[in-house]
Amino acid sequence: MLGYIGRRVLATIPVMAVVGLFVFSLLYLAPGDPAAIIAGDQATPEDIERIRASLGLDRPFLVRFGEWAWRILHGDLGISIFTNLPVSTLIGQRVEPTVSLMLVTLVFAIVVAVPLGVLAAWKAGSLIDRLVMGLAVTGFSVPVFVVGYILAYVFALQLGWLPVQGYTPIAQGLWPWLANLILPSVTLGLVYIALIARVTRATMLDVLNQDYVRTARAKGLAQRHVLFVHALKNAAVPIVTVIGIGIALLVGGAVVTETVFAIPGLGRLTVDAILRRDYPVIQGVVLLFSFTYVAVNLAIDLLYTVLDPRIRY
Amino acid sequence: MDRRTFLKTTAALGAAGVASPRLAAPALAQGAKVLRFVPQANLANFDPIWGTQYVVRNAGALVWDMLYGVDSTLTPQRQMVESEEVTDNGLTWTFRLRDGLRFHDGEPVRAADVVPSLTRWMARDPIGGMIKAIQDELTAVDDRTFRWRLKKPFPKLLYALGKTNAPVAFIMPERIAKTDPFTQISEYVGSGPMRFRRDEWVPGARAAFETFKDYKPREEPSSWLAGGKRMLVDRVEWVIMPDTATASAALQNGEVDWWENPIADLVPLLRKNPNVVVDIADPLGNIGSFRMNHLYPPFDNPKIRQAVLVGMNQEDYMRALVGDDDSLWKPLPGFFTPGTALYSEAGGAMIGKGDIKTAQRLLKEAGYKGEKVVCIVAQDQPITKAEGDITADLLKQIGFEVDFVATDWGTTGTRRASKAPPSQGGWNMFHTWHTGADCINPAGYPAVRANGDKAWFGWPNLPAVEAGIAEWFDAADPAAEKAAIDKTNAAACEGAVYAPTGFFLGYQAWRKNVKGIVKGPLNFTWGVSKA
Repeated sequence: MLGYIGRRVLATIPVMAVVGLFVFSLLYLAPGDPAAIIAGDQATPEDIERIRASLGLDRPFLVRFGEWAWRILHGDLGISIFTNLPVSTLIGQRVEPTVSLMLVTLVFAIVVAVPLGVLAAWKAGSLIDRLVMGLAVTGFSVPVFVVGYILAYVFALQLGWLPVQGYTPIAQGLWPWLANLILPSVTLGLVYIALIARVTRATMLDVLNQDYVRTARAKGLAQRHVLFVHALKNAAVPIVTVIGIGIALLVGGAVVTETVFAIPGLGRLTVDAILRRDYPVIQGVVLLFSFTYVAVNLAIDLLYTVLDPRIRY
Repeated sequence: MDRRTFLKTTAALGAAGVASPRLAAPALAQGAKVLRFVPQANLANFDPIWGTQYVVRNAGALVWDMLYGVDSTLTPQRQMVESEEVTDNGLTWTFRLRDGLRFHDGEPVRAADVVPSLTRWMARDPIGGMIKAIQDELTAVDDRTFRWRLKKPFPKLLYALGKTNAPVAFIMPERIAKTDPFTQISEYVGSGPMRFRRDEWVPGARAAFETFKDYKPREEPSSWLAGGKRMLVDRVEWVIMPDTATASAALQNGEVDWWENPIADLVPLLRKNPNVVVDIADPLGNIGSFRMNHLYPPFDNPKIRQAVLVGMNQEDYMRALVGDDDSLWKPLPGFFTPGTALYSEAGGAMIGKGDIKTAQRLLKEAGYKGEKVVCIVAQDQPITKAEGDITADLLKQIGFEVDFVATDWGTTGTRRASKAPPSQGGWNMFHTWHTGADCINPAGYPAVRANGDKAWFGWPNLPAVEAGIAEWFDAADPAAEKAAIDKTNAAACEGAVYAPTGFFLGYQAWRKNVKGIVKGPLNFTWGVSKA
């Protein structure tokens, strides 16, 4: 097992190198110029050129890439072109809101989606099944921002129960923290619930037709015990896989959700950086997201061995 | 960890969280007044000379003070300056600073700070550049006195030092002001009415400013950038909200106090809320525009540019921008801001009336050869997107072949600077807009210049326009200024420096418990109180 983990961690290095090269090349080829944005409307072409030179953007691709890669190898993500702040500082300011949003969304989605999926499988073909699947289709179909606006209108503007926007650090109290996250998490979680509930239902349907489940029922075990202990545990591997894959979905959804609810997270940092062509920030955030995704995949692979003792690495 | 242990641990953590003090919250005195403001854009950098975006200027006006500031009549008034003397020949100006001015780090403001501040500003500001070109010497005489010797008189000097358009001549400490004008400063120390809380700055999310207790406001009542800048709140927090619907909901919910630029679509909703006030933001408004590239066919032909101006219907553009509210727009048969002293309609009778038949005739007479018009339209800016859609339709109606390039503002900013042929990455046309405050005269208005290679994007080369502008700079009295602008406007219309799509106003909105908000080209926070 330790050997496997070591090999996987080592495999991360070329993956990150390819991601780095890809991101750097993509930004180099993309249209747009931060110098023109910085210079503003009053600037002359000569002003733009001078700013470009002062930022080092007039140097050849290989020189810029080499310098950037060297800094990355030393743990330095560089300085934001616009804010003049270290990229690591900007990311550091934004990590907590995004991690909080994703964690609360993940917990909310799993707590809601897994029982719904199990229920739909158990009552397959019934009205409950159709309702759950109808909810799943709705979750997939309705855009995140539409759900966000509706929830904000009802629960913030009309009922006044929750704030419309913003983020309160957890250090300022659990409730203020949670109050700012409830609406965004429900908004972001709907797609995720739809995904997990559908996969849970499909996997559970398969498992519930297995002989050992019939045996468990024949032994006189309670339905809840059969569903959640015998069946769900054996259906867990595909569900966990989908939860892992869905992390990427969460990252994409977080960009929209953070914008709608004005949460100062990594998603908004990324969009702002892309719109301004703040290359060091874009590169830093994409590397971070890629690393997170690789790490989540590794964690899920390792989790398989816990859920299914037959799996060995 | 078993289930019970897990539950106990989470409950304990939760209780600790609820009971914990607000560690990350700023330490505010009890009853401190905090004004929460939603600005027009993100404060992505904070060097008002290096970055000339309006949002940076607006924040800069809180932190850095100015030697002069224009009032609501656009007249420059003394601000940091106590007195000035000018020799009879207009070549030597001697300025004396007010006593007791201090920077936020406690150091006194000296003439030695003013000299590098003005030098850095002149390197980036168009009118500053004109002063630099005729400057003989700028020196500090003593701690409170500095002298400016010019090679020829420059009657607009005080206006240049007090104007609203960016970059503004803010005064910084010498050590900061000596930074290269094309390199960003990293220390934000000013002598203005508020201190910038760099430690609380989260670019893209929020910025905070605290009242500077040692600020010495002038005795006169405040008027725009002039007079006593008295802060009636203890703290101003800028909350960045990229989504307008969210900003609208936050204002209605009382989570923010003042929103700089609500879009017209949301104004009816805001007006229904009894706790919200909506009013015009800036009486000087904005001028919509699209620019044609004078270097390449078809717009290197003045008759074809004329065809576009004649065929363009400004009402179409304005309705696309502001909807059906007629009080928000005016036709603009010229290039200068309506309602200001120099406004002129000279030579503009044919502009913007939507005369497609005449436009088609002019196009035919000009010998248009069917060249594709590369029309760049930034889709992420509501104003340019609306303008671009109207223009594409207009060009097709007149008879142009159109290559509609839908892109974003960042790409537009780069591409418009390219002098390459349109087929090789250049362009024929792009859309933008100008704030009315920038268009009151030619001083801070590069878009109206027509000095060829040195002109703004599109590079018009129209000597008659430049002659009118030069006349304005040398004009000694208002009548001479007006005559010069009439000439400039007529020549700009004839040569189609650019296409003005109309004059339009925007809104601002605030909670009813906020008082003292004035209309103007930037959000003047001094004099604003919150109950």
